[in-house]
Amino acid sequence: MEDFSLNHLKELEAEAIFVMREVAAQFENPCLLFSGGKDSIVMAYLAKKAFFPARIPFPFLHIDTGHNFVEALEFRDQLVSELGVKLVVGSVQESIDSGKAVEESGYNASRNKLQTGTLLDAIETNKFDAALGGGRRDEEKARAKERFFSHRDEFGQWDPKNQRPELWHLFNGKKHIGEHFRVFPISNWTEMDVWQYIYQENITLPSLYYTHQRECFFRDGQWLAYAPFMKLKPNEKVEVHTVRCRTIGDITCTGLTLSHADTIEEIITEIAATRVTERGSRADDKRSEAAMEDRKKEGYF
Amino acid sequence: MNTDSTKGYLDMQLLRFTTAGSVDDGKSTLIGRLLYDSKAIFEDQMEAIERASKGRGEEEVNLALLTDGLRAEREQGITIDVAYRYFATPKRKFIIADTPGHIQYTRNMVTGASTANVAVILIDARNGVIEQTRRHAYIANLLQIPHIVACINKMDLVDFDEAVYNKIKADFVEVERKLGIHDVHYVPISARDGDNVVDKSTKTPWYTGPTFLDLIETIELRRDKNLDDRRFPVQLVIRPMREAFHDYRGYAGKIAGGIWKPGQKVKVLPSGFETEVEAIDFGGDEIEMAFPPQSVTIRLKDEIDISRGDMLVDPACAPYAEQDIDMMVCWFNEKPLIERGKYIIKHTTNEVRAIIKEIKYKVNINTIENIYDDKKVSLNDIACISVKTTKPLFFDSYKKNRVTGSVIIIDEGTNETVGAGMIL
Repeated sequence: MEDFSLNHLKELEAEAIFVMREVAAQFENPCLLFSGGKDSIVMAYLAKKAFFPARIPFPFLHIDTGHNFVEALEFRDQLVSELGVKLVVGSVQESIDSGKAVEESGYNASRNKLQTGTLLDAIETNKFDAALGGGRRDEEKARAKERFFSHRDEFGQWDPKNQRPELWHLFNGKKHIGEHFRVFPISNWTEMDVWQYIYQENITLPSLYYTHQRECFFRDGQWLAYAPFMKLKPNEKVEVHTVRCRTIGDITCTGLTLSHADTIEEIITEIAATRVTERGSRADDKRSEAAMEDRKKEGYF
Repeated sequence: MNTDSTKGYLDMQLLRFTTAGSVDDGKSTLIGRLLYDSKAIFEDQMEAIERASKGRGEEEVNLALLTDGLRAEREQGITIDVAYRYFATPKRKFIIADTPGHIQYTRNMVTGASTANVAVILIDARNGVIEQTRRHAYIANLLQIPHIVACINKMDLVDFDEAVYNKIKADFVEVERKLGIHDVHYVPISARDGDNVVDKSTKTPWYTGPTFLDLIETIELRRDKNLDDRRFPVQLVIRPMREAFHDYRGYAGKIAGGIWKPGQKVKVLPSGFETEVEAIDFGGDEIEMAFPPQSVTIRLKDEIDISRGDMLVDPACAPYAEQDIDMMVCWFNEKPLIERGKYIIKHTTNEVRAIIKEIKYKVNINTIENIYDDKKVSLNDIACISVKTTKPLFFDSYKKNRVTGSVIIIDEGTNETVGAGMIL
């Protein structure tokens, strides 16, 4: 006898597709935030499924820190052309050049925080009224209280203490002029769910996620990728190791895992045995206990 | 992990449960234990809460800090909002909607309960069934959570006494009867020491039932959704405008009820036209069958004018299509509900304006009695109201279908979600 039940990946997929379709129906000019990381690749894949055989009805927005992995950019361009969607790029370098943003200095200088300004600018310039993001509630404790439909005021700010109640699957996307929404269709997915889904659906990822040789150096208990613009401390030296990226962000704050995993199954095995969260390998979250909450309030992803 | 276990993981079922409780009843300890024992807490998270516990001058690691995500919550030592937590065992993946239990957070409890399959109600063995227990049971029942697990906690503090357990159980059965709740499970536990949480306790030889984890791993979820009455609210129309799919016209949505197959008869609401299901598409494949909560695209035999907010249904058992609707509401806003006031109502993919015709009565959720002489519905209040909508909604009673029986109420001026309604 049929038991009419979905496995958890199918149920999460159905939920994410529903949310994406709600965005297409409730907003006039939404976009999908695309970073080139695995979560946004899964988002792109879900969007394709949600509207097939029509094309994805919104552009992708990439906030380019100028410190990206070459492989991630190549992958982005390839995917965008396959899907036939428009790509909008917001450049942190341009924000710096125009004086809207000031580059951090010092050893741990990162453009991660500067992305917020560029992102808000891009949303305003392009008049996006909703931005779909691949944020998940299991990533970080401030994210655990995030809604699917997250309201932002006209300054792009998140007010965690005054969020709209969200019940059943009835999403309220109503807003005043100048306000916008961040929408997180894969809110309920865990890191493991994302990897299992990539495995189940056979989704292609950038080569960076698999084992490769890379110049890197050791800082604050983790391996970081080396790039010529990065400043090394006197005791740090560049070494070549066999590594893979657990997340892909800006080069300056993406931690590497020493790994020989070159298939999704091996990566899943590795993650199942890991005892540190995914964001534990992101230098940007280690700055303070409420680092993410503070950045989110300002309008971060 | 070999291929077999990868496959095993792929076949897990999803269970959403909600926990409601106050600061002292051990709710956070129970969640902390589940997360810790299922290895959902990572080393860096554990280190972070060890550090934070020490910083607060606490001797033991305070697992509650794990669920208090916002700075204000940590500062005040309270949970303000619904926090979602995730863990998995080899059998199921779990989503916990962790909500504060105090009366001023009724709206958070209601929010967490709206998507749950199971409500976990914690009862302190020393205090037994108290006002708060009744309130939690009332909300679980109001939101029609199909299963309730009553955890009689802190059994270690009453020497694992069977008589204490039996007394509390008998008291809760009384609540069950009063509310008309069906599926309740009882388990004596000590969340702090782990008795009957994951492993069976040696201190309760008189208890022969499953442990807490066994229960939530095995509770039957099959009947939780409506598989009888076909309901498909149209979310949007898919028209590719591409050469290869020139004549394609599909209706995208999430199945809200019934089992759908090609060839079945369909009635379109509100137009009333009847036709047949031509095919069911999903991500480029035609599928044989679809059921809740799948998101699919349905194609119909005949070309009919259909748009978002319309509903495809089984002609043999159509939903109500009416403008006068009675419902229970939970109020979420500082600004009280206004009798004769106008609001926006969101129901499935439909949105209508509505006027509150009458506030019939308010419910005292501590004593579960109706109040007829005070009709001021303020933040966290629950009431029975009548509304009139500007055009018909296609609905079922909330008892029959949680998707087609639920609405949210939106303030036209502020755009805030000010209430949640369950249609009677």
